[in-house]
Amino acid sequence: MNLTLRIWRQKNANTPGEFVTYEAKDVSPDMSFLEMLDVVNEELMRRGEEPIAFDNDCREGICGMCSLMINGVPHGPLPQTATCQLHMRVYKDGDAITIEPWRAAPFPVIKDLIVDRSAFDRIIQSGGYVSVSTGGAPDGNTLPIPKDDADRAFDAAACIGCGACVAACKNASAVLFTSAKISHLALMPQGKVEQDRRVLKMVAQMDEEGFGACTNIGSCEAACPKGITLDNIARMNRLYLKASVKSGLE
Amino acid sequence: MAATARSLRASFSGVLMRLWRSSLGKKYVMAVTGLILFAFVVGHLLGNLLIFAGRTQINEYAQVLKSNLPLLWSARLVLLVSVVLHVVAASQLAHTDRRARRIRYSKFHILDSTLANRTLIVSGLVILGFVIFHLAQFTLLVVDRSYATLVDAAGRHDVHRMMIEGFQNPVVSVFYIISVALLSLHLSHGVASSFQSLGARSKKIEWNLKRVSLIVAIVLFAGFASIPVAVLTGLVK
Repeated sequence: MNLTLRIWRQKNANTPGEFVTYEAKDVSPDMSFLEMLDVVNEELMRRGEEPIAFDNDCREGICGMCSLMINGVPHGPLPQTATCQLHMRVYKDGDAITIEPWRAAPFPVIKDLIVDRSAFDRIIQSGGYVSVSTGGAPDGNTLPIPKDDADRAFDAAACIGCGACVAACKNASAVLFTSAKISHLALMPQGKVEQDRRVLKMVAQMDEEGFGACTNIGSCEAACPKGITLDNIARMNRLYLKASVKSGLE
Repeated sequence: MAATARSLRASFSGVLMRLWRSSLGKKYVMAVTGLILFAFVVGHLLGNLLIFAGRTQINEYAQVLKSNLPLLWSARLVLLVSVVLHVVAASQLAHTDRRARRIRYSKFHILDSTLANRTLIVSGLVILGFVIFHLAQFTLLVVDRSYATLVDAAGRHDVHRMMIEGFQNPVVSVFYIISVALLSLHLSHGVASSFQSLGARSKKIEWNLKRVSLIVAIVLFAGFASIPVAVLTGLVK
């Protein structure tokens, strides 16, 4: 199939960018979206032009490096699918595809479609850890954890930190990411100890980075390649309220 | 003891300031003030529906409401503070949200959004404008000063007559109906959303929460709109 790609090109963070249109010829439906871009880049390099810069690493949907706003939806049209797992069979001959970087002030564009997601790292650094070594993986059932809690913690821990939630949010809010990180630790006995301090610090850092607030629409949940749910945001809202009240009383 | 109480109070105000400065805290303010205003709207509708019970009943009700001045002004103060906090928090959050995405997408789908949650700011502003006009018309009585002189047979302020005269103006009625429609739209998102903001929502109750929110919004619209419609069609005279 042949496609028309409208791709954001931007030399670096300090240069204004613009859309450039490319024709992708003879695209196989078995290619992944990133492989399709690889082929376009090979053609660009053959012509001596600068290839399109985009983030990617594992290409199996678990690392969180790939991004791309594809026709106005993060990671493209398939639910719970990262861009690297999106295959060209969802498109048909003659389709026009607009590809943009994540747009959020805390995610400045580094080049073309690559944005700097260090803001997420700083949110983690502010409290997304357990301060003491809790040892290696314990034997099963030495530390009794209710199955429901274990499942919820695991679901939250599935977050790969790709930033699709921020990209999808009309306010560029990072509450889904932050709440997933807070939840997966708060639901485990090792993480529970520091949960008050953690939620206060991580929310403060999230605000500090300049992300927007939550309007409770649910675009983030719909865009998340890992199916992180709004329940995590509600849990963060509860924990933050509780931690705030406690910090005023104790 | 006194020292402890003082230090508690100091740190407690510190907590309130931190909450107000944080995005989550501001959403708590939106939720709590929103729920207070929602409760008022429900009570206000129930009272107004007394117009269908008759002149004596609604005029009596209005007189009772205004008889206890400390209670009346306490309620008005709570409502005024709620409106101010709701509007100030909303505008500050909207400002933060705009700054969080300075460069817009050329193509953007707001996934899973509804008409209600895409238009909260617009519906909110129209409702604010309407509330100011509505207060000027029926509480301050400055739109038509003759309302102040309307008195019923028992010597009470004739609220029944005032409502009829007010809504016989089609411009007033149409603005009223549009405003309560937007209010219902605003609440169809707002009521359920406030539970999420306060952490009192999960997948388990989401469906019921959204359904109750929607039903409440529809009932509120039907209730409020029935009054100008009844006046314009001559059902209430």
